[in-house]
Amino acid sequence: MKKETWKELPTGTVNIHAGNSVSNLTGTWRSGRRPEFIEKNCIQCFFCWLFCPHFAILVKDGKVTGINYDYCTGCGLCAEECPTKEKSIVMVKEEIKLAEGRKK
Amino acid sequence: MKATKILNGNQTIAEAVRQIDPDVIAAYPITPSTAIVEIIASFRADGLITGEFVCPESEHSAMSVCIGAASAGGRVMTATCSQGLALMWEMLYIAAGLRLPIVAAIANRALSAPINIHGDHSDTMGARDSGWIQIYSEDSQEAYDNFIQAFRIGEHPDVLTPVMVGFDGFIISHSAEVVQVEDDAAVKRFIGDFKPPYPLLDTNRKFTVGPIDFTDYYFEHKRNQIEGIENSPRVIEEVGKEFGRTFGRTYGFFEEYRTDDAEIGIVVMSSAAGTGKDAVDELRAEGKKIGLLKPRVFRPFPYRQIAEALKKMKAVAVLDRSSSPGAFGAPLFTEVRSALYDYEKRPKLVNYVYGLGGRDIKVEHFKEVAGKLEKIATTGKVDEMLGYLNLRE
Repeated sequence: MKKETWKELPTGTVNIHAGNSVSNLTGTWRSGRRPEFIEKNCIQCFFCWLFCPHFAILVKDGKVTGINYDYCTGCGLCAEECPTKEKSIVMVKEEIKLAEGRKK
Repeated sequence: MKATKILNGNQTIAEAVRQIDPDVIAAYPITPSTAIVEIIASFRADGLITGEFVCPESEHSAMSVCIGAASAGGRVMTATCSQGLALMWEMLYIAAGLRLPIVAAIANRALSAPINIHGDHSDTMGARDSGWIQIYSEDSQEAYDNFIQAFRIGEHPDVLTPVMVGFDGFIISHSAEVVQVEDDAAVKRFIGDFKPPYPLLDTNRKFTVGPIDFTDYYFEHKRNQIEGIENSPRVIEEVGKEFGRTFGRTYGFFEEYRTDDAEIGIVVMSSAAGTGKDAVDELRAEGKKIGLLKPRVFRPFPYRQIAEALKKMKAVAVLDRSSSPGAFGAPLFTEVRSALYDYEKRPKLVNYVYGLGGRDIKVEHFKEVAGKLEKIATTGKVDEMLGYLNLRE
């Protein structure tokens, strides 16, 4: 999204683009590691969904199905909170693609 | 009905509040502005006003309530001074940053320490970079007139900036004077309706007020904010003239008193200007070519107009009722001096700090300044740039 000049901004620090955080791909913040979902261990407790600060846990038909890497910052909270004996989410190394940058 | 009344400064502000009847009044009483809040509370209890009156637990909360109410789309005011204004500090910047035209009546009072309840300009001068428009009043009549105009100025769609109206604590806030109180309906007609551009109570439009800005937007929003006060001089002039057409008292950025052929001049704001005018009259009777300039609007500072008014004089003293420790003179002085920098022919300038903590300033003190100015005008030399009036040395 093109950033407004000061003249284009509405008066008084008003943001008229409701829901614009969708365009802020926080997944670009990941630096070297990302969570990986292991479906066979998952007991569908939804702890990961509850703790994720970026709503990056994918849910389909009432079940956790994976991670939305567009928004996952790789903070690791989901893996930390996962209560199953064999972890259903583990952090793995990820190559940082610097050239990709922020998606517009 | 239009009436001539005997009122003190606090009572005149309360009268204006009754006539304007803002949607929300949030204030925490503090000496010497307490009476404003007390009278408003009694107006509310007696059903003379319909707006919400909120008395929260502190001035910080009072300004926060004002910000919330103004964001909702209301016409909002408060009254405070000194430590109360100081406690509002961070919220003052937020009101200005959000472009909310809140109006604050300030009975100018010294700041602690040492604790003191009397009049000086330390409180509002400290807030001079907060982004608020600042208007200073010489007497109760001006306080009333300025307070009414403040709503029109701040709420103008090109301005949308909060306004504080100062009048000297005790000297004006507690001294009874003859005041012309205009007709209720005429005042209501003059201020008209406030049309906020983004009222939060408008649930048909989706927007957020005051979200966080990172390095990519803060600068643009600040520049956008500055534009509001940069647009205000034109509006201040128009409103001052319209006020004159409607009620017979015209206002500009400042008042010039006997400056036409003046060779020496004194720049002084608020109540001391009245004493200064008496001194000018006495000195004029002695044949001295002296004039006085009383700034009314300090923010935005009318630098070009003030410089034009002073440039032909030989020597000018700027009298400040506050200090700016460690600075190149007190606040009004540094502004006036900067304003004259671009002029090749300009007067010699001296600065006198006076009246801190309500210390009296009399005609004799103005005459003392005039004597020094005459010497400077003759010799062209300034021995001491910064002095203190009526101080035990």
